[in-house]
Amino acid sequence: MAEFLQQVVSGLATGGIYGSLALAIVLIYRSARVINFAQGEMGMFATFIALWLIDSGWPYWWAFAATLVMAFVGGVLIERVVIRPVEGAPAVTVVIVTIGLFIALNGLAYWIWGGETRSFPSAFSTRAIRIGGVAFSIQDFGIIGVSLAAVALLFLFFRFTKVGLGLRAAAVNPAASRLVGVRVGWMLALGWGFASVLGAVSGMMVAPLVFLDPNMMRPVLLYAIAAAILGGLESPLGAVVGGLVLGVGLNLIATYVDFVGETLQLPFAFVVILGVLLVRPAGLFGRVAVRRA
Amino acid sequence: MTLLELDDVDARYGATRALHGVSLTVGEGEVVAVLGANGAGKTTTLRAISGTVRRSGRIVFAGTSLARKGPEAGARLGIAHVPEGRGTFSELTVRENLRLGAYARRGRFPRADYEGMLELFPWIARRERQQAGTLSGGEQQMLALARALMQRPRLLLLDEPSLGLAPTIVNELFRIVRRLNHEEGLSVLLVEQNAAVAFETAARAYVLEVGRVVLTGASGELRRDESVRRSYLGY
Amino acid sequence: MSQRRVLLRAARFAAFAVGVAVVTVLPHWLSDFRASEVAYVGVYMIGILGLNILTGYTGQISLGHGAFMAIGGYTTAILVGHHAVRDLWTIPLAGLVAGGAGLLFGLPALRLSGLYLALATFALPVALPQVLKKFSHFTGGGQGIQIFGDPDYTGKGYENVHVLGQTLTFNDWLYYLTWTIAVVLFVAAWALLAGRAGRTFRAIRDSEIAATASGIDLPLYKTLAFGISAAFAGVAGSLFVLVSFSASPGSFPIVLSLYLLVGAVVAGLGSLWGIVVGALFVQYLPAVSGHISNHAGAADVTRGVILILVVLILPAGVAGLIRRAGSPLTNRAIRRS
Repeated sequence: MAEFLQQVVSGLATGGIYGSLALAIVLIYRSARVINFAQGEMGMFATFIALWLIDSGWPYWWAFAATLVMAFVGGVLIERVVIRPVEGAPAVTVVIVTIGLFIALNGLAYWIWGGETRSFPSAFSTRAIRIGGVAFSIQDFGIIGVSLAAVALLFLFFRFTKVGLGLRAAAVNPAASRLVGVRVGWMLALGWGFASVLGAVSGMMVAPLVFLDPNMMRPVLLYAIAAAILGGLESPLGAVVGGLVLGVGLNLIATYVDFVGETLQLPFAFVVILGVLLVRPAGLFGRVAVRRA
Repeated sequence: MTLLELDDVDARYGATRALHGVSLTVGEGEVVAVLGANGAGKTTTLRAISGTVRRSGRIVFAGTSLARKGPEAGARLGIAHVPEGRGTFSELTVRENLRLGAYARRGRFPRADYEGMLELFPWIARRERQQAGTLSGGEQQMLALARALMQRPRLLLLDEPSLGLAPTIVNELFRIVRRLNHEEGLSVLLVEQNAAVAFETAARAYVLEVGRVVLTGASGELRRDESVRRSYLGY
Repeated sequence: MSQRRVLLRAARFAAFAVGVAVVTVLPHWLSDFRASEVAYVGVYMIGILGLNILTGYTGQISLGHGAFMAIGGYTTAILVGHHAVRDLWTIPLAGLVAGGAGLLFGLPALRLSGLYLALATFALPVALPQVLKKFSHFTGGGQGIQIFGDPDYTGKGYENVHVLGQTLTFNDWLYYLTWTIAVVLFVAAWALLAGRAGRTFRAIRDSEIAATASGIDLPLYKTLAFGISAAFAGVAGSLFVLVSFSASPGSFPIVLSLYLLVGAVVAGLGSLWGIVVGALFVQYLPAVSGHISNHAGAADVTRGVILILVVLILPAGVAGLIRRAGSPLTNRAIRRS
């Protein structure tokens, strides 16, 4: 029982990481009907920048905050420079552009920082804490906290600010948004900015666990995709819940199903993706839509 | 005083030209109708004004040229366009739809205007938190009008507001438009296929056919002219 | 047939003939090492051909064709390394196995479109390495399978090969093997796409609804396209293993799938004529970008940037460029005569 609880908590932590990235993917999908395959690499790049700041002497949380700001700006710039020219193009074309981003960012990280794995400091102590006689990692709670805080802040922003309303309107009905004065193009860019911030959070939370190198986010991207699909690509809540469910599920399966164990986690995620897409493409929280032409 | 002037305006969808040299004016405080059969270019005319279609020619609103401006700029200048299909934000709540109306306005959120909408459309108060997409057609049309009014526009562009609505609701809607025009001097450019209803509210009308203005005059005269009614207005 | 079309046909045939001639005599001028490099170009060409059939002609995007290459490659490695099958026989077998996998994947893929298909195919090569490592009994796990020196490996990796009365160095043998198959498959693809199947594929790409309305059996053709495309990739994978002497999870990383896509886009989706350029691009880009900087990652930055630029500026790829350059030339030729 103790082990079960431990696995659940650490599953929630990794789930928070997957959920943050999944939310980033869903954010962009909702506003632009596009999947940003480079979301993970953008997060990885931001994490490298954070490490650079920390190594230059910045205290952790200052580096964290500065990285989020830079990630935001980076996301906005990427949307305006690279994505905007293909705004009206079919989704597949934009996917190819994000693949180009994926390759380029990965290469850039190798170029600037090289390929060796580095350790990334954790914001939280790695000591254990005892609750009800069971030992849990403080770090896990910290990760859960940060991920949920990021998601909550974003939710509040979207719900209660004017710009947040404009962003949602632009996603729901761009034509009508223009008529009321919403600058839809900039809303899209802001969406990319926020998604980039989420990716950075995800990266900085996972780096202490798996060590930082240019390929760090690849598996995270796949899990995030699985989480987003599980929750429903249109649903922000679904992305977060999907992430948590997937995180816990993967942990439990790794622990209790020997066949899958640690070694078949990615194929398991693939099965989840395929399974959901075939059985209920709208995911847990999405609306079942009529197939558009 | 002329609020809106279109002079020799062309508009195109891709390679197809939909408007040929359309000229019209709307004076301050006027309600003007644009009539014609399906496909005559009525909706395109409104789109040309709000900047949601490719157009050329002179379009001047309150002294400012709209020639190279997009719809966002029009909204900021005081044009409220209630498009064909209403343009409701179906996944947002009624309240959020109304808030969006005030998006382009500077300063803090205009509570007084919001209260005013609740007075004008009392049913909104009961449905504030409801998803706009779950409203009936008539309610959505009213909501779209209310949202446009939240912009505190100088000019209201109404595209076929009566489409698909029951006659009682249509009457209610136009009653509100007339009231706003009388009490607040709101100028309106009204596109309608239902000419009879349009004549009751608009003082002047233009009749379009295949993208061109073929007739214009006071409502009273046009509605009395039998041949006009039969050839262009279908009744 | 109009004069212009005759001219185009003739030009294409001439280009093809010249290409074959060049390919045939090239090894005389190439060092041994270079010959094996150019062999890789042939491999990528086959892979890109397959991907183009799927993505360029039926509009089904695949971000995971490297996985089909891996299936074909491992088929060859397992049969040669573990079951003493002559390597040449494994090539068509690899195609069949990968093609079968493609058909299997194509069936559920019918329910997915555009983005969803991209997501599902992206997951394939990311997940595959773990599967390969898990079933190490078959696949040699993380180490993979080595066939260097294996008696069933033609030339064993270092001996001269005697074929058709000629004696070739091992690298030249690889070169001719891959390119012969590449040319044959190119012609086969051309024949397939020029005929009814090609028109059907294109109809599907342009509008599935219109295609169904004209009576096309959508599931049949879409699945078929997946199968054929995967079979091509499987053959490419098999040859890849033969040229690299081994198969391991690391030989078929996710980026391989992405590089194939880059090559297909640069070549020009929906047309066969830029394919060689696409394959050259995949193989030689690192060398070219090495002139700018030898840093690790420079090649990828260049690749990514070029991919983006091609999509933004030259969406029809090299094939589009050829077509555009070609039309004023053919116009002039017609006017002249």
